[in-house]
Amino acid sequence: MHAALSIRGLTKVYDNNFHALKGIDLEVPQGDFFALLGPNGAGKSTTLGVVSSLVRKTAGEVSIYGIDVDRDFARARYHLGVVPQEFNFNQFEKVEDIILTQAGYYGIPRRQAEDRAHQLLEDLGLWDKRHDAARMLSGGMKRRLMIARALIHRPRLLILDEPTAGVDIELRRSMWEYMKRINEQEGTTIILTTHYLEEAESLCRNIAIINHGEIVHNTSMRELLGQLSRETFVLDLASPVTHSPVIEGFDVERLDDAQLALSVDKGQRINDAFARLSEQNIEVVSMRNRANRLEELFVRMVEGSNDTKGQQGGIR
Amino acid sequence: MNTRQMMVALWTIVRSEIRRFMRIWPQTLLPPSITMTMYFIIFGNLIGARIGKMDGVDYMDYIVPGLIMMSVITNSYSNVASSFFGSKFQRSVEEMIISPMPNWLVLSGFVIGGSARGLAVGIIVTAVSLFFTDLQIHHPFLTILVVIMTAILFSIGGFINALLGKKFDDISIVPIFVLTPLTYLGGVFYSIHTLPEFWQNVSLINPILYMVNTFRYGILGVSDINVGAAVGAIAVFIVIFFSAAMWLLRRGKGLRS
Repeated sequence: MHAALSIRGLTKVYDNNFHALKGIDLEVPQGDFFALLGPNGAGKSTTLGVVSSLVRKTAGEVSIYGIDVDRDFARARYHLGVVPQEFNFNQFEKVEDIILTQAGYYGIPRRQAEDRAHQLLEDLGLWDKRHDAARMLSGGMKRRLMIARALIHRPRLLILDEPTAGVDIELRRSMWEYMKRINEQEGTTIILTTHYLEEAESLCRNIAIINHGEIVHNTSMRELLGQLSRETFVLDLASPVTHSPVIEGFDVERLDDAQLALSVDKGQRINDAFARLSEQNIEVVSMRNRANRLEELFVRMVEGSNDTKGQQGGIR
Repeated sequence: MNTRQMMVALWTIVRSEIRRFMRIWPQTLLPPSITMTMYFIIFGNLIGARIGKMDGVDYMDYIVPGLIMMSVITNSYSNVASSFFGSKFQRSVEEMIISPMPNWLVLSGFVIGGSARGLAVGIIVTAVSLFFTDLQIHHPFLTILVVIMTAILFSIGGFINALLGKKFDDISIVPIFVLTPLTYLGGVFYSIHTLPEFWQNVSLINPILYMVNTFRYGILGVSDINVGAAVGAIAVFIVIFFSAAMWLLRRGKGLRS
């Protein structure tokens, strides 16, 4: 079975001699929900730009569902839907027309596309706005419009380049649910770039981290999170403490009167720490991760690859 | 894409283009009709009455074909230049780039849309001219052929301008500094036989002279130049412009980084 997306030796050198991609290899299986993460300028958008043909590659091969984009660009593009980072629709056109025009570009007659367009408008909460000019929409609605537009021709591979940037948390979560649904129910392969690492952690099964134009890590989300050898929790206390309690084997830091930071290494039992705290009459009311787990790993990997100029960074 | 899908895609672009210039008709269709009415009143009626005949026809009759052609040229060109550059500026052109449409289809869609506006304005100006003169078309087929070919040629020109343009100023430079002087010096208002021999020869390198005169020949039956050669030259220019636009599209000039 062909991969949904296969990239081999992809290189991009811009006219100013900036090496944006240095021969990357990447494979995204069919039906996957895949995260492509990296700091700003790492090469994420260039990679996705080459796949969607907005950026010309210098060298390498790209195929979508086994179809080489150079040899049979039209057939490859039928499988691809793209939601870019920037708004890229005619702001003066009506919402419904933008979606139906896109269907036309794929050779789908307007009448035939209307049912699908209406369904997408309803699913994405844009039905009441369908006759409004796109410029009248809020930022979140514009993002949903781009998702509806990208899905009108039923692509098998959907690229979402920071789809929830600038979207409020409630709307972001409803968009997550929608993306999960089309991935699970319709089998659409989704590639996501995002700066919200919580988003990648909760949605994606596989992940690649790119930095300085090279893939520095490519694995499953489960395996990646399994590499996290230390987690730090913030403990909310029932009564104030005046100093950091000492617990053998654990690092404890007093954040303020009512909060402690507790670091737990892989293999340590958090219950032991609670028992020691309890012995010192310190009662814990609630606890949470100090930082998103994926965020911790991401920062370490990117810093590691910066230190070793592109080689895979060490993980604590 | 199969043929049917390509026809749907082509019609999608053409439909969008026609809807665009119809929606903003006060900016696209109304101004040329008012401007040309002024030309007919001032140059045709007031000044033309003192000039008398040009190449054996009344001056009003003489300038009508040139003014119709001037409207077709400027409107075909500016429609595609502003529409395609606008879609580049708003990045909505990316919708087309990532689609399965071949380059020739995108180019053809915009050219048909631009030609549609050029011809629509040409029809409006022709209708306005009927208030001032009684047009008798001597060669209807040639008249229609040359006006369509001219609209196509300048639509492609507008497309190339939009591809190469980086800012809005870039798409107004060619119409102001190239098209307008060439049109005014292309025999719209006078026969080149009224010029000294040297300037007659200089005028012969102006391509718009051939379009205006061929169109005038179609309507009035009088021309400064060889009509058959002119039609051939316009066809050659269309092939050259179309090839240049396709080459730029293949290279992704102004569209892909």
